[in-house]
Amino acid sequence: MVRTPAWKRYKVRVIWLSLLYCAFLLPAVYGFKHQLVPHSVAFVVAVLPALPIIGIFGAIGRYLVEEQDEYVRMLMVRQILWASGLTLSFATVWGFLDNFGLVGHADGYWLIALWFAGLGLGGMVNKLTLGDAGC
Amino acid sequence: MENRLRLLRAERAWSQQDLAERLEVSRQSVNAIETGKYDPSLPLAFRIAELFGAPIEEIFVSPSRRSSGAI
Repeated sequence: MVRTPAWKRYKVRVIWLSLLYCAFLLPAVYGFKHQLVPHSVAFVVAVLPALPIIGIFGAIGRYLVEEQDEYVRMLMVRQILWASGLTLSFATVWGFLDNFGLVGHADGYWLIALWFAGLGLGGMVNKLTLGDAGC
Repeated sequence: MENRLRLLRAERAWSQQDLAERLEVSRQSVNAIETGKYDPSLPLAFRIAELFGAPIEEIFVSPSRRSSGAI
């Protein structure tokens, strides 16, 4: 793992966004479970936990802009390509299986979890092919 | 891309970390370039050339010239 100054800034942003995600998600789950959320603000409360996740995508983009080490930046780009390829391929296959009634319907947000897992897969591929996992 | 980076570094008794600090890149970058796993961008190649006071083509072996047997 290569810890550049840009990576450290990225990590701090991700930690804050993850805390914000928990701060939005837990009350939303509790509120909807106990029917405490008024219909007038239900959409807002439901969407709030998504915003920090979108923020993490933004943090990744900002990291790519701020990273001065071109080799380390390339490692991250490769991770992103693996994550995106994996997620889109899985969504495509699952979409057809779902469409033909062969599997159950899955919640869309699992794709986000799969994408982040794909970053890990990309890191492993980097390690195997280049000797450095990346960030 | 094949290069003489390791040799030039050894002549100056620099570690990979020493060279990385002079180039303002990570040690992993220096290692990847030395081992030919990563080809540096033109700006970084110029920085390397300027650091060693040599033209780029004296540090990096042109792949086309190598494949044509010119080197």
